[in-house]
Amino acid sequence: MTKRSARKIRWSFFVFFVPVFLWLFLMIVMPQIELLRMSFVGTDFYGESGFTLGHYAAFFTEPIYWLTFVRTAGYALLVTFVVLLIALPVSFFITKVADLKVTGFLMVLILVPFWVSELVRVYGWMILLRESGVLNKLLVALGILKQPVEMLYNDVTMVMGLVYTTMLFMIVPIVSVMESLDDSFIEAAHDLGAKKLTIWRTIIIPYCMPGIMSGSIIVFMLVLGSYLTPNLMGGKNSIWFTEQIYNQMIIYFNWNQGAAFGFLLLLLSSILIWVALKITGQDWRKVIK
Amino acid sequence: MQAALSVEKLTKKFGEFTAVNGVSFDVEDGKFFSILGPSGCGKTTLLRMIAGFYEPTEGLIRIRDEDMTAVEPNKRPVNLVFQHLALFPMMNVYENIAFGLKRRRESDSRIKEKVGSILERVGLPEHSKKKIDQLSGGQKQRIAIARCLVLEPSVLLLDEPLGALDAKLREHMKIELKKLQSMVGTTFVYITHDQSEAMVMSDHVAVMNAGQFEQIGTPQDLYHNPNSSFVAQFVGNNNKLPVKVHKDEGGAFLARYLDGKDYQVDGTPDLSEGDEYDMFIRPEAVLINPSTSQSIPNTMNCDVKAILFDGGNSQLLVIPEGADQELIVTLPQNKQFDDIKAKDTIRIGWNPGTAVCFPKTELKIYDEA
Repeated sequence: MTKRSARKIRWSFFVFFVPVFLWLFLMIVMPQIELLRMSFVGTDFYGESGFTLGHYAAFFTEPIYWLTFVRTAGYALLVTFVVLLIALPVSFFITKVADLKVTGFLMVLILVPFWVSELVRVYGWMILLRESGVLNKLLVALGILKQPVEMLYNDVTMVMGLVYTTMLFMIVPIVSVMESLDDSFIEAAHDLGAKKLTIWRTIIIPYCMPGIMSGSIIVFMLVLGSYLTPNLMGGKNSIWFTEQIYNQMIIYFNWNQGAAFGFLLLLLSSILIWVALKITGQDWRKVIK
Repeated sequence: MQAALSVEKLTKKFGEFTAVNGVSFDVEDGKFFSILGPSGCGKTTLLRMIAGFYEPTEGLIRIRDEDMTAVEPNKRPVNLVFQHLALFPMMNVYENIAFGLKRRRESDSRIKEKVGSILERVGLPEHSKKKIDQLSGGQKQRIAIARCLVLEPSVLLLDEPLGALDAKLREHMKIELKKLQSMVGTTFVYITHDQSEAMVMSDHVAVMNAGQFEQIGTPQDLYHNPNSSFVAQFVGNNNKLPVKVHKDEGGAFLARYLDGKDYQVDGTPDLSEGDEYDMFIRPEAVLINPSTSQSIPNTMNCDVKAILFDGGNSQLLVIPEGADQELIVTLPQNKQFDDIKAKDTIRIGWNPGTAVCFPKTELKIYDEA
């Protein structure tokens, strides 16, 4: 290669690389670094600011903080599990049972709600479920309920809302793996004496494991970091960890504490996912693909 | 002898389309039975009904005199070797073979013993820890068969398992399979579109066409005494000569070929005068330059169009004088005919007893490009 053409290539490389680099660096890396710095800065009694680990320590010493995190992580796991339980048969129906013509239509049905913003969808549920909502009116009219019941602002409704808003992110990766599952594997297992449940346990789920894991990671992270749904549909008792961050930053104007919580959320969720990958014996490179 | 598998008037319809139409047959215990037919003839549908994946529209399937109608595939004493083998990629060789035994809740020590002995039998005792994608095509084949045989099924069904292998390995596996079958003594029901596979391996072959059995018999029987035009064309190579039949003064039938000459026919009893027939002559039944001392009644002159050299299977492509048709003649490699070259004119002849006639049909056994 001549010097001339080498220089040419380098130029074209910079033309494409610089905007991407600037975008990533200025918009994402820089604010993160600033937040990280903030999380280690505290003001002492005299108003002097200096390095401190106090914001991180606060998380472990104040039960309200770490309990909120445990609660959030617990619910995130529960939601992930429920989403998985629903997504497996749905994906199976789409890829193996339904007609080829219907498959595309079913995928569109799953996709369409996600063209609307999460806020609008949550408000949609609220219209259905609130005390003066559609469902209550219907049940009272049918005589099943004597008087309207408040169905919003409790944990069950919140979990349902989270399951609904994250379903797509589980179904898409599972469908894409399941499509490559040869029908003859299922038939062969059946032929060799396996019952339906055994086929799921020994053939379908192990085969779809990369899709299940990547779907689960996405759903888990989305739920853990979600703010709207738990805030709007959950009750006053069901405070989410993201709300703690919001409260610190916006209500108490304690940005340093909020930043520390933000990084703790990142760190702890990463550890949880790493543990989950270890337990299921999955290679993260495969899962990310 | 007891019938391992007995099928009675089996019919399968998919909507308006009849895939299998009133098929009946019995397979004796310990035999190698093949179902031979072109693609789309319904042979896979038939096999899937025996395995239990399709429910028959009509008819009965009995395995060792037990009616299988209401029995689920996982409860039937038959196992199927799939066309693409369907070895589970997430399990190793041992787990694949142990899969069926585990479903029967056999003890770990029994499973270990059985898997070990079946691996020994198929000649792969060292491979139990290997992953499926570490095996060669022929090894996968044997593992797929071992996975079924370890369950000691009454009947083993095989759905063209050699189809994906390359030619040399296929030749080798044909013989391997035949040896394996006679060693384990399990009844094999094998479906294929390759007539050579069916002929080499089977005790009995059923030729299937358009959802029905045309003929069931030993490979020799099918080859020498086909009972329909389809069997004559599909089993082995054959020359098809369109002829018109008429009687001579003595009342014997003569076949008039495209070249306007008459040839004696023998062997086919129920001919009717004036009708059009296809006369079939095997390439190896045709003699090249027969000497007059052999007193061959049917002879014709031909132009040699090409020599198709293929070692022991070498053939001549010839065009009879006065006819616009190519015929194939076996060219024995015994140095006797080495002087024959393309564009030569030779004389060929055949005994009337080696030719058979069937009413003219338009069926094609393969699509010509």
